[in-house]
Amino acid sequence: MITGDWLDVGYLAEIPLRGARTISVPGGDDIAVFRTGSDQVYALVNRCPHGRGPLSEGIVHGSSVTCPLHNWVISLASGEAQGQDKGCTPTIPVKVSGGRVLILRSAIVALAPVARAA
Amino acid sequence: MDFSAGWQGSGEERSGDARPHLVVIGNGMAGCRAVEEVLKRDPHRYRITIFGAEPRVNYDRIMLSPVLAGEKSFDEIVLNDRAWYAANNISLVAGDPVAAIDRSRRVVTSASGRSVAYDKLIIATGSDPIMIPIPGRDLPGVVSFRDLDDVEAMVRAAQAGGDAVVIGGGLLGLEAAHGLTLRGMKVTVLHLMPTLMERQLDEAAAWLLKTALEGRGQTIFTGADTAEILGDGKVEGVRLKDGREIPATLVVMAVGIRPNIRLAAAAGLAVGRGIHVDDAMVTSDADILAVGECAEHDGACCGLVAPIWEMCRALADTLTTGAGTYRPTATATKLKVSGIDVYSAGDFSGGDGAEDIVLRDAARGVYKRIVVRDARIVGTVLYGDTADGSWYFDLLKKGEDVSPLRATLIHGPVAAGAGGGDPHARLAALPAEAEICGCNGVSKGAVVAAVEGGACTLDAVRGCSKASASCGSCTSLVEGLLALTLGDAYAGERGEKPMCKCTSFTHDDVRREIIAQSLRAIPEVMQKLHWSTPDGCSSCRPALNYYLLCAWPGEYQDDQQSRFVNERMHANIQKDGTYSVVPRMWGGITNPRELRAIADVVEKYNAPLVKVTGGQRLDIFGIRKEDLPAVWADLNAAGMVSGHAYGKSLRTVKTCVGSDWCRFGTQDSTGLGVKIERMTWGSWMPHKFKIAVSGCPRNCAEATIKDFGVVCVDSGYELHIGGNGGIKVRATDFLCRVATEAEAMDHCAAFIQLYREEARYLERTAPWIERVGLAYLQSRLVDDEDGRRALTERFHVSQRFCQTDPWAERAAGAHHEQHAPLGELRPAPQILEPAE
Repeated sequence: MITGDWLDVGYLAEIPLRGARTISVPGGDDIAVFRTGSDQVYALVNRCPHGRGPLSEGIVHGSSVTCPLHNWVISLASGEAQGQDKGCTPTIPVKVSGGRVLILRSAIVALAPVARAA
Repeated sequence: MDFSAGWQGSGEERSGDARPHLVVIGNGMAGCRAVEEVLKRDPHRYRITIFGAEPRVNYDRIMLSPVLAGEKSFDEIVLNDRAWYAANNISLVAGDPVAAIDRSRRVVTSASGRSVAYDKLIIATGSDPIMIPIPGRDLPGVVSFRDLDDVEAMVRAAQAGGDAVVIGGGLLGLEAAHGLTLRGMKVTVLHLMPTLMERQLDEAAAWLLKTALEGRGQTIFTGADTAEILGDGKVEGVRLKDGREIPATLVVMAVGIRPNIRLAAAAGLAVGRGIHVDDAMVTSDADILAVGECAEHDGACCGLVAPIWEMCRALADTLTTGAGTYRPTATATKLKVSGIDVYSAGDFSGGDGAEDIVLRDAARGVYKRIVVRDARIVGTVLYGDTADGSWYFDLLKKGEDVSPLRATLIHGPVAAGAGGGDPHARLAALPAEAEICGCNGVSKGAVVAAVEGGACTLDAVRGCSKASASCGSCTSLVEGLLALTLGDAYAGERGEKPMCKCTSFTHDDVRREIIAQSLRAIPEVMQKLHWSTPDGCSSCRPALNYYLLCAWPGEYQDDQQSRFVNERMHANIQKDGTYSVVPRMWGGITNPRELRAIADVVEKYNAPLVKVTGGQRLDIFGIRKEDLPAVWADLNAAGMVSGHAYGKSLRTVKTCVGSDWCRFGTQDSTGLGVKIERMTWGSWMPHKFKIAVSGCPRNCAEATIKDFGVVCVDSGYELHIGGNGGIKVRATDFLCRVATEAEAMDHCAAFIQLYREEARYLERTAPWIERVGLAYLQSRLVDDEDGRRALTERFHVSQRFCQTDPWAERAAGAHHEQHAPLGELRPAPQILEPAE
């Protein structure tokens, strides 16, 4: 059971079916929010473990995405590279409530370098 | 059977009754079932009063659909008639709903002001239909689909004639649409989501359902967002946010339900979406329980019968023997709409470690999908044949290890019992007369006889027995029989590989069937050709999208999500995730205005690199996807359009300066190059396609390593095909020589169209020509003039729908979502701690 505060990042309907949208994170990698053909939602750091390709631009099939740069297939649920490839992209807990997509704030804080005033 | 408002039976009669008083708010299915369960456990423990808002006895709300469809009468769906209330000494207050709960005094007060004290209170207020807050929702003629009054309103509207709009393509909406269709109305279903019943069905099954319902006369719009209900004094139609208007005299809102928690919330009970209950179905007040659709257990509300019955049992345990324990279990949805069987259970979303077993039987209109995780069934979707649903559901609920059944699981319990695990053993066990190929009626004996007669490959068997020669779905069986009959002598390799792991069909098979069966959409291809995955993979989806685009020009709706990133973004992705942009320069010719616009873009967007490409164009690097539409707008303003440097499409027509300037030039090669580029730009092809026109045999435009090359000579134009300057250099083959520019262009169009129609996706012209042979292409393009003209004509037809600048569309706002992030995280404002 995940507890913590959830951050509303937008309407599910704004993410294309079998597609993704990104969330910009200042000073860090974007977060990619995926929506599969069976309407499941996943959030991953938008970076292929292989060549840092933007996973959000890949083709979504089943619950995987194929990286647009070199065709690595990444599991949306675990972030793990599939098949013979080895590597893992961090995932971010995400849920849908009332048609809105929510991501776990603490998971983002853990990912992004904290911007500090000089 | 309706009751007038007021007491049915009298509480005063039993005023001397010292038993604790159990009061139930809600005379619906959950409330009455809870009472039945209590009575079953201890018939004499409580004095019971039930309040109901509707002026009638308890009926089976699920059966309202058959009532609407005219298949059942109200009397037939009554669950508890007056005799039941009387026999169990239950006071029924029908048509006088409870208006307030006073927890400190333990009294409920009805709308008419009657107060009744309780010892234990059950809240079973169910749920309310969600009425979306749009203009016109209060007009007469707008109804929900929740109770008998709604059904009666719909029946009256149907009798008056006219069209109906049902908003909501879920279970309830589709049942309403079906009932209204049967009652003679022309029905349009509007569904906000891209597929029908998205919570119960995956995309493939939803597509089948939509197609079948459309076949039954309903109009179904998915992705349809209702803006307002039109009408002056009564409903006259519905307007969508995209401007479409649909006339209607009846609008049914069936977009969902919301737990009815008003009374509980007003009484100060803990509520979320529903009324919070623990495992014993007790609310935050120890004397008040809640059950049914209004209850929220462990964060979840449910609207299906099976778990609600479980709740009623737990509640009855709590009220009689002590604490009951409700544990939610997996639920199954079985639906029959217009005679179409649909079944779904558990989690069919896939996800990590989940494997799909898919069976598609196009001839029978069947789609079955089982989702297995850790050797256990976790979900299933069945369409068309739901007979095995309960067997799968049983395996799912028991969490049984299905490894031993795995090979035949999808074929249901009969296959599992009859064959055991090994498919070869099953095949061996089949009698000789068993049918292997349903399309051509070929028995196992006939296949074995063919193999024993010398047919030792799949193609040979197809040739002499016709087995697996039509739809191909029995291919694995025929291959199995080859292996069984020949033993080690069977090589097992098919000459051509299947398209991808999702199918046993080859590229050529798929293209042939798209035309033969007139398949018009990706889900349709996957269904009819027995795809083994729910929505394909990144290999087959772009190929299918192309094949359909090629087969049905102007009609097929391109699927953006089946495009590789470059074709979706209309730019070339680079290793750092930025894009490069190549504006079209016809024939490689440019002018100051274009150059200035390019220079301005480079400066304005800080493009770190501009490079001249091998195809005589300028490539602007380092553009962020957010900036692409603005860059395109700037380039469009200078008259430039997309250069398609990103596409499996015509890339460039490279030219030399030709007879206008060059002292060796024989013809106007630049002029012809520009004409050819104007003719061919924008067309989608199996792979990228490059053209060059050289003005003389010195061939400065390198036309002999292009897919289509023209080398001008004094007497006309030499046409060359199938060159490639890439990984494996291949010089072109000489196709023919023609006398005029027009002939050169016609041959070019015909060659491209033949390549479009017959090459496999991602096959360049060079390997294609080596595969099919130059002689074949000459026979089609040179010897057969009528055939060539037909190809040329088909190319021009297709081009009519392709030559729209995608950049201009994007610059004007199309597919905005492809370029803008969903949102942006900003650092929270710094909170400064006061210095100590």
